[in-house]
Amino acid sequence: MTIEKEFYKDLHTELLFVNFGPSHPASHGTLRTFCALDGEKVITAVSEIGYLHRGFEKTVEHKTYNQVIPYTDRLNYVSSIMNNVGFSKAVEKMLGITITDRCIFIRVIISELMRIIDHLVCLAALLVDLGALTNYWYLYNKREVVYTILEKLTGARLTNSFTRIGGLYRDLYDGFEDDVKFALTDIEKAINDVLKLNKKNKIFLDRTQDVCIVSKEDAISYGFTGPCLRASGVEYDVRKANPYYYYDQFDFDIPVGEHGDTYDRIFVRFEEMNQSIKLVRQYLKKLPSGPINSDDKRVSLPDKNDAYNNIEGLINHFKIIYEGVKVPSGEIYDSTEAANGELGYYIISDGSGTPYRVRVRPPCFYIFASYPDIIEGYRIADIIATLGSLNIIAGELDR
Amino acid sequence: MGLEKFLENAVLTTTISEVLKWGRKNSLYPFAFGTACCAIEFMSLSSSVFDISRFGAEVIRFSPRQADLLLVAGTITFKQAPILKQIYEQMPEPKWVISMGACASSGGFYDNYCTVQGIDEIIPVDVYIAGCPPRPEAILDAIMLIQEKIQKEPTEYQKPKRPIVIGNE
Amino acid sequence: MENITIGKLKENFSTSILEINTNNGDAFVLVEKKQIIPILTFLKNDSELDYNMLIDLSAVDYLKHPVKKAERFEIVYQLYSLTKNHKIRIKVSIEMKDLCVDSATSLWKSANWAEREVFDMFGIKFNGHPNLRRILTHHEFIGHPLRKDYPIKKRQILSVNDTLMDEMEQKLREKGLKQ
Repeated sequence: MTIEKEFYKDLHTELLFVNFGPSHPASHGTLRTFCALDGEKVITAVSEIGYLHRGFEKTVEHKTYNQVIPYTDRLNYVSSIMNNVGFSKAVEKMLGITITDRCIFIRVIISELMRIIDHLVCLAALLVDLGALTNYWYLYNKREVVYTILEKLTGARLTNSFTRIGGLYRDLYDGFEDDVKFALTDIEKAINDVLKLNKKNKIFLDRTQDVCIVSKEDAISYGFTGPCLRASGVEYDVRKANPYYYYDQFDFDIPVGEHGDTYDRIFVRFEEMNQSIKLVRQYLKKLPSGPINSDDKRVSLPDKNDAYNNIEGLINHFKIIYEGVKVPSGEIYDSTEAANGELGYYIISDGSGTPYRVRVRPPCFYIFASYPDIIEGYRIADIIATLGSLNIIAGELDR
Repeated sequence: MGLEKFLENAVLTTTISEVLKWGRKNSLYPFAFGTACCAIEFMSLSSSVFDISRFGAEVIRFSPRQADLLLVAGTITFKQAPILKQIYEQMPEPKWVISMGACASSGGFYDNYCTVQGIDEIIPVDVYIAGCPPRPEAILDAIMLIQEKIQKEPTEYQKPKRPIVIGNE
Repeated sequence: MENITIGKLKENFSTSILEINTNNGDAFVLVEKKQIIPILTFLKNDSELDYNMLIDLSAVDYLKHPVKKAERFEIVYQLYSLTKNHKIRIKVSIEMKDLCVDSATSLWKSANWAEREVFDMFGIKFNGHPNLRRILTHHEFIGHPLRKDYPIKKRQILSVNDTLMDEMEQKLREKGLKQ
């Protein structure tokens, strides 16, 4: 949008420079946007990140492959097990081992549950920013239901570190399936409640429709993936384009938006939660029995009997823990569909038990790079709603 | 004197400091300086399952000028450190600081070129909470410890006043 | 599939391709630094290949790797085509004496911040980048952390945060609203 210079001469107005963040209730963590405002409209903006740069890529060059898994947890901390699954999948492909079917099914069930709770946080925080405070409690309390399940399963609520190279930390507990079924009906009820409150609410519609539209070409050029890309009309989902873990054998749809505005981004997330619930129910019905760790000796820890009683078991256990899982020299780029988009890992190994280079392809990084450009010309209230709809998690953005 | 015999249980006699401390500890205004994963656990705390509002601390003020409890939740990097210091300096007295989680207390497991190894390198801390991330009940325990601290500390009216010395400096 | 891409690259740029290899199921092509922008433009605009998405741009420091590489640094481009559903990895070698390469921001907007991060972490400059400055470390940081010779525990304290006014003024000047 252009501003005529005569406009300024008459009114003697100046641009107002306002810092939005890095310590701000609605900036969802440590993001800073420096805006030049004309009244309430944003003329131009500059974003700064790096306030949560914790040196993930440098730190993991000094740790073994299994020690990297807690570090990957803290990347996208609202859906931590998805990061673990992505990393383990990449390393397992490099090693050339196959994991058991039971392990695959459990990983998918937990990943889809994580996707649901990630969207719950995004929507809860966004609705609080718009002023609809009650929805926060409706949505956030369902996170507690899933946390109880995860606590019984993995021992931690938030940063779980559940997968290991070649398998999982431990098997499911008795009663897991009933707990999950109960949680899913609970979540469906909460989603319905929130939709009833907001779907036809005039204030919500006015604040989110036609706000910060991202066109299809822009979204592709910026490297958008995930719900933000699908809201702009591009049907790209790694689970359908490049299926892994039997996703092509189960029935689910991908919601795609039309306009690419904030409204579409929000409703794509609501619909994705419904599709994830459908997927979890299908996977639960067909959950096979069997071992969860692969029986490849390079990767899985031996049975405790072996580790205590024969020398080979003891040395195997010692080498896997102390020196790490040895991955043959080479490189790989592998990606999964995380809650925010395509989470990719580019891993280069040098033959030892510690990775040589791990590059994380964070979905939020490319999405936030477009933020200063897509908010130009909109008002402050609009840019806050947009930031919530993009779902920027600072842990993943800055690594 | 004789008044208490008339009014019996309707009147409590105490000092102003005690009433002030009782008021302060039961109406803490936290400033959630949330950066990373611990902020999500803090958000869980304000949900209705763990309910921080039963401690009177539900009004989470996002302006440091209106807050008295700084709750640092998450890793502080060197880029964020001057901002934390500025927020601490903008808070009016009396103020208390809780360092939540392993990263804020000691840098956590990020021992590298960009992480501050504990916020006590920058600001004074009253209570440290361990955990990665700590459970919401642990944060509630820390708030209760702060409440005990407020109860035991002397207020500004009780501190001895220094004499004002007039003379050539 | 990779065969179409590699076949077409061999047809049109046979002199610039230094190495073609496959590892763990993915193919990658090592090309000459001078020809990187023509090659990327060809890959993006050709109708059969149609690589319309730059998935990732990153760099690697091969200083301590057991396998000897030609030069110390390598920049890696991961490209993906939404319409044809194929991907390719393009690599460029960078030597210490000439740490720069042409920027890909004119082709894909996602290259903008990705190249800033490579500059911040490795010190590789991108010619023609609109705003090449540090993005993850603070503005008083000296050195490039992801290089193998940067000690991991070398901490650098920041005294004052960046006001971002210079970047803002550059943007306002581009819009014609000079401060």
